[in-house]
Amino acid sequence: MSTATVTEQPEAPAAPASTPARDKPLGGRFIGATANYIDERTSLSGFVKELGRKIFPDHWSFMLGEIALWAFVVVLLSGTFLTFFFQASMVETHYNGAYLPMRGIEMSAAMASTLEISFDLRGGLLVRQMHHWAALVFVAGIGVHMLRVFFTGAFRKPRELNWVIGFILFILAMGEGFTGYSLPDDVLSGNGLRIIDGMIKGIPIIGTWTSFLLFGGQFPGDAIVGRLYTLHILLLPAILVGLLVLHLMLMVINKHTQFAGAGRTNSVVVGYPMMPVYMSKMGGFLFITFGVIVLIASLFTINPIWNYGPYDPSPVSAGTQPDWYIGFADGMLRLIPPGWEVVFLDRTWSFNIIVPLVVLGLFIVLVLIYPFIESWVTGDKREHHIAQRPRNAATRTAIGAAGVTFYAVLWAAAASDIIATHFWLTMEGVIHTLQALLILGPVIAYFVTKRICIALQKKDREIALHGYESGRIVRLPGGEYIEVHQPVDEYERFKLADFDTYEPLVVRPNAKGRIPWHENLRASISRWFFEDRLTPVTQSELDAALAHQHHDLDHIAVEEDLEIQAAHERAGVPDAPHKPIDDGKHGEVPVRPSNVIVPEPEPGAKAPRNREKESDQ
Amino acid sequence: MRAELKPEMARETTRRSKGRRSPWAAAALIGIGLLITGGVYAGASAAMAATTPETVTNSALTVEDGKKLFQANCATCHGLDVQGTEDGPSLYGVGELAVHFQMSTGRMPLQMQGPQAPQKPAQFTEDQIAAIGSYIQSIAPGPTYPDDEVLDGEGSASEGGELFRINCAMCHNVAGAGGALTEGKYAPNLHTTTPLNMYAAMVTGPQNMPVFNDMTLTTEEKRDIITYLLYLQDNESAGGFTLGSLGPVSEGLFIWIFGIGSLIAITVWITAKSN
Amino acid sequence: MAHEDDPLEHERASWKPSPGLAVAVTDPVHNPGLPPHRERMTDKDPASMKRAVRGVYTLFYLSIAGSIWAIAAYMLFPIESGRIVDIRNNNLFIGLGIAFALLAIGVGAIHWSKAIMSDREFVEPRHATRGRDTTREAAIQAFADADAESGFGRRAMVRNSLIAALVASVVPGVVLFRGLAPFNSPEKPHAGDPVYLLEHTMWKEGMRLAHDPSGEPIRASDLTLGSAVHVIPEALADVSHSEGYLDEKAKALVLLVRLLPEQLVESEDRKEWSYNGIVAYSKVCTHVGCPVALYEQQTHHLLCPCHQSQFDVTDHAKVIFGPAARPLPQLPITVDDEGYLVARSDFLEPVGPSFWERH
Repeated sequence: MSTATVTEQPEAPAAPASTPARDKPLGGRFIGATANYIDERTSLSGFVKELGRKIFPDHWSFMLGEIALWAFVVVLLSGTFLTFFFQASMVETHYNGAYLPMRGIEMSAAMASTLEISFDLRGGLLVRQMHHWAALVFVAGIGVHMLRVFFTGAFRKPRELNWVIGFILFILAMGEGFTGYSLPDDVLSGNGLRIIDGMIKGIPIIGTWTSFLLFGGQFPGDAIVGRLYTLHILLLPAILVGLLVLHLMLMVINKHTQFAGAGRTNSVVVGYPMMPVYMSKMGGFLFITFGVIVLIASLFTINPIWNYGPYDPSPVSAGTQPDWYIGFADGMLRLIPPGWEVVFLDRTWSFNIIVPLVVLGLFIVLVLIYPFIESWVTGDKREHHIAQRPRNAATRTAIGAAGVTFYAVLWAAAASDIIATHFWLTMEGVIHTLQALLILGPVIAYFVTKRICIALQKKDREIALHGYESGRIVRLPGGEYIEVHQPVDEYERFKLADFDTYEPLVVRPNAKGRIPWHENLRASISRWFFEDRLTPVTQSELDAALAHQHHDLDHIAVEEDLEIQAAHERAGVPDAPHKPIDDGKHGEVPVRPSNVIVPEPEPGAKAPRNREKESDQ
Repeated sequence: MRAELKPEMARETTRRSKGRRSPWAAAALIGIGLLITGGVYAGASAAMAATTPETVTNSALTVEDGKKLFQANCATCHGLDVQGTEDGPSLYGVGELAVHFQMSTGRMPLQMQGPQAPQKPAQFTEDQIAAIGSYIQSIAPGPTYPDDEVLDGEGSASEGGELFRINCAMCHNVAGAGGALTEGKYAPNLHTTTPLNMYAAMVTGPQNMPVFNDMTLTTEEKRDIITYLLYLQDNESAGGFTLGSLGPVSEGLFIWIFGIGSLIAITVWITAKSN
Repeated sequence: MAHEDDPLEHERASWKPSPGLAVAVTDPVHNPGLPPHRERMTDKDPASMKRAVRGVYTLFYLSIAGSIWAIAAYMLFPIESGRIVDIRNNNLFIGLGIAFALLAIGVGAIHWSKAIMSDREFVEPRHATRGRDTTREAAIQAFADADAESGFGRRAMVRNSLIAALVASVVPGVVLFRGLAPFNSPEKPHAGDPVYLLEHTMWKEGMRLAHDPSGEPIRASDLTLGSAVHVIPEALADVSHSEGYLDEKAKALVLLVRLLPEQLVESEDRKEWSYNGIVAYSKVCTHVGCPVALYEQQTHHLLCPCHQSQFDVTDHAKVIFGPAARPLPQLPITVDDEGYLVARSDFLEPVGPSFWERH
C-alpha cells in the first residue's frame, strides 16, 4: 500500500536529496533521545514519514464529520466519569439526597444514583448534561456529515464501503443514545422502553419471545437497565470505536475528496499539510466543540429526570417524545391511521407496527445501498476524487431532497401534540396534514429541487460563457440599454465548467440477440436520472464566448471613455483621469463617483461655465 | 474569484460652508422634544391616577351586589335564573369556588366560543368575584373555599409529586408546562397558578378537566400536590434554563439551531482564508 | 475531467475502468493550474503578525485562567447545603470556567493556524487505490502457493467439513442466551410462558378496586360525574418490588370513570360490566402500551399522550383516532356488600399491545 507523500511546493526550491546533517537533534537532546528510543522499538519514523506532511483539502463542509468525531470524544470522556458513580441496577432503594420532591421515594438504584450524581456530587450535573448534550451533537454531526457526503457524491468509488461503515455508525450512535437515556429508569425513558416493547411484541412469529428474552420476562422486569448498560458501555462502544477506526483509516487510504477548481484534478490533492496546519485546525476544532458543548451544558437543562420521577407503568407526561434522533420512528408510529390490525389464521397481524417497521427498514436499506444503486446505473468504474456540486447531479440531489423531506415529516410528526399547542391547532389537524405531507412532500420536494438544480446549472453555464451580471447598465449609441456582463477569470470559469455529465443508457442486444431485463431496467432508471441534462461546455465554446465578450467589452469601454471625456470637458477639467484615482485608502463602493474635484474659482476670477446646467439637460 | 473591478474610491468629504447651525442642532431639538413630551405625559397620568377614585375596599359587596353583577355580565349566556342557555351551561351547584376559578383567571366572561376558554386578564375585582360567587353559592350550594392549611404549601412535596405524576402530569406535563388535548383543547401550564386556583381546579373540574373530589384525592393529598406545584414554581432548575420544560422536542430544536448552527458557522470561519 | 492521468498508470496496465454512462468530452475545459498565492496581512505586515502572535498566546494564557477559575469554583461553590441555587451555581461556574478554558485553546489554535502558519497550498499526487499489477500478482501467487501446499482448493471434504464445523461451533454460544428469560419452575409454573403471562392479570373475582398508589379501596359513591380515578388491584399494594410489583401493575392498571347510565352505549353481553354508569377500562394502550391516562370529562374521550390514540368511553372505549387498532379491554365490575367496587373477573382478553399469539 502506497500512500507516500510526494510533496511539490510550487515556488520553493526542490527538496534536498538527503537529510541535512544536524549538529543538534531537532527539538533538543532529550526529544532526540526519546524519539530514537521509541523508533527503535516501534518503527514510528515510518508512520511520521507517511502521515506527517499528508495533504488535506480545505473546505468547511469537510469538517462536519469532525463535529461528530469530537462530540464523540466528549461523550466518551464524560461517560467514563459517569460510570464511576452510576449504578445500573433495578434493585429498589430510596433516595435520600438533596432534591426535596424525590426524597424518600422508592425507586431503582439506577434512578437514585442518577439523582445523586445530579444533586449530591459537585459538578455531577454538569458532566451528566455534557454527556447528554454531546450525544445529541454527536448524532446531529453524523447527520450533517452524511448529508454532505451524499449531496457531493463523495460516496462514489472507492468510498462506497466507507459510506456503508459510516451509515452503520449512524445506526450505532442512535442505539447508543437510546440505550443511554434509558439508563436512569425514569418515567420518560421508561415509557420509551414500553413503546419499544410494544413494537417488538407486534412483530410476527418472533415478537413475543424477543420481548420476553430482552426484558428477562414480563415488562418491565428487573433486568433491562443492567442489560442496556452492558450494551451502552461495552458492546456498542466497542463496535462503534472499531468501525470508527476503520472509517478513518479508509479515509486516510483513499485520501479526502475535494471540490473542483483550478489546479485540482482527479489525481492530485491540493491543500495544506497535516503538520502543522491541519493538526492545529483539527485540534483547535476539538477544543472548540468541547467548549461549546460544555457551555451549553452549563447553561441549559437537559433531561431533568427529577421531574419525570422513577419509572412506574401508571404515570406519563404530556409531551412524551424520544430524543430527536429517534423522532422519525416515533413520528411514523403516530401517522398510522386507526384500525390497522387483523386476526388471521388465529394470529394477530399488527400492521400498525409492521408497516412502520417495514417502511423505515426499507428507507434505511435504500440509503445504505444507494452508492451501489448509483454505480450500477452509471456503470462508472473509475475512481472519483472530485466532489460534485449538488446542482451538477440534479437527480441525486432531488432524490436526496425527497428523502430529507420524508425524514423531516416523520420527525415533525413526533412533536405533533406540541406543534398543536404551540401553534393553536388541533392535534388531529396537525396529524392529518403530516399524513398528507408524508406522501406529497417528497414528491413536491423532488420536482422543485430537480428544476432548481437544472436552472442553477444553466446559470453556471451562462456565467462561464458570458460572464456575471455586473449591475452596470450601459446605453449604446443606438439607444439600446444593455447590462454589462463582466467575464469571470479563468479560475472561476474552470470551477464552473469542470464536472462530469452522464447520458442515459442506450440498450443494445447482447451476443444472443436479447436484451436482458436488468439492462432494460437500468436503461429506464438511467433515463430518469440523466435525461434532463446540459451539454458540457467545451474549451472552444469558451474561447469563442470569451472572444465575443472581449469584443463587446472593448466596444463598451471605448464608448465609456468617450463619454467620460466629454463630461470632463463640460465640467472644465479636460485633463482629468478617466478612472478614479486609487489612493489606497478607500475600498470599493457600488457607485463610481468621480473623485475629480472641480476647484473653487479664485476670488474675483470668473467661474467656468457649467455647460450642463445651461443646456437644460 | 471575481474579475477585477475598476478600483473605487469613496467621495472625499467636501468642506461644508460654515453655517450658524451646529450639526448637533437637529439631534438636540428632537431629544428635547421627546423629553418634554414624555415628561408631560408622565405628569399627566400621575395626576390622573391620583384623582381616579380608588376601588372601595372597606365595604364588602353583598350577595345582592353579586346578583346584580351576575345579571349584568353573565346572564346573557348563563340565563337570568342561572339555569343556562344554548350559549352557557347551568351554574346550579357549581359553587363559589368555581366562580372564583373561572373569573379570577379571566376565563369568564368568555370572549368567544371555541374549543376551550382561554386564560386572559381578569375583568372583575376580587370583591366583585367574591360577590358573584356568594350569589351562586346562595342559589345552590357547591364547592367552597378550603381551610387555609390546605393552601399553605407545607405538605409533603415528595408525596405531592408522586400524586401529581399519576393524576395530573399526563395532561399538564410533569413540570406543569401544559399539554395537548383533543380537537384543539389543551391543559394550560401551571407556572403562575395560585394555590387557591390549584385547589379550585381540582375540586370543580373546569371544562374537560376531571373532577377530583375529596374521596378521589383527600384534602391532605391535595395539600401535598399544591406543595409540590409551589416547589416547582419557587425553585429554578438546577441544570439551567429549562427551554420551556417541554422535553426532548425543545432540546432537539435547540441543539440543531444553536448547537449545530454555531458549530457549522465556526467551521466556515476555520476554513476561511485569513483576510 | 473526462480523461485523467494516473501518474503511475504504467503500474496498473491491466486496469482500464469503464467510464460507464459518462459523456466523453472531446474538448474539455483546460485546467489553468493553481491561482497565484495571495498574501495575508500577517505576511505583508510584521506589525500585524506580531499582533496575531500576541493574540494567540494571550488566548492560551487566558485559558489557563479559565481552568484555574473552574477549580476555584469547584471549591468556592459547595452544594452540601442541598439548596437548588447552590447546586445551580456550582455547576454553572465550574462549567463556564471549563468552557472558557477550552474555547480559548481552540480559538487560539485556529487563529495560529489561520494567521500565522504558512498558508501556501501544496499539491500532492494521489495514487490509485487498486494495488499495482505486480502487487496483485504477488498476492495471487501467495494464495496459489498456500493452496498448493495445503490442498484447500481441491480437498473439498476437508474444506467443507471445516466450514460446517466452524459454523456449528458458534451455535452453543447463541443457545446460552436463552437464559436471558426465565423457565417454568415449580414455584412459578408459568414464569417461562410469555403468552400465558400476557393473557392473565392480577384481577380476579371479588378483588377490590383501589387507588393508585395508596391501595385504598374505592366505594361506588366516591365517584362523582366527571371523576377519573387511577386504579390498581387492592392486593397489588402488598406486592413488593422484588416480587414483581411493577410487572403486575403494568398489566393491571385501570381507569375508572363515572358517566350517566343513559350516556353509555353497552352491548348485550356487557350490560353487567358497569355499575350505575361507572365503567372501568384497562389503562394500558392497545397500541404500544403507554398509559392512556388523559380523560376529557365533557367529551368522554380518553387520549393516550404517546401517539395520540383516542378512545370513546361511552362506546366500549373503541378507537376514534390515532394508530391504535383495538378498543381498550373493559374490566367487568360490580359492587360488594360494603359498597366497594370490585372486579367480577379478570379481563376477558389480554390487555395492552397486541402480540402475535393473541387471537
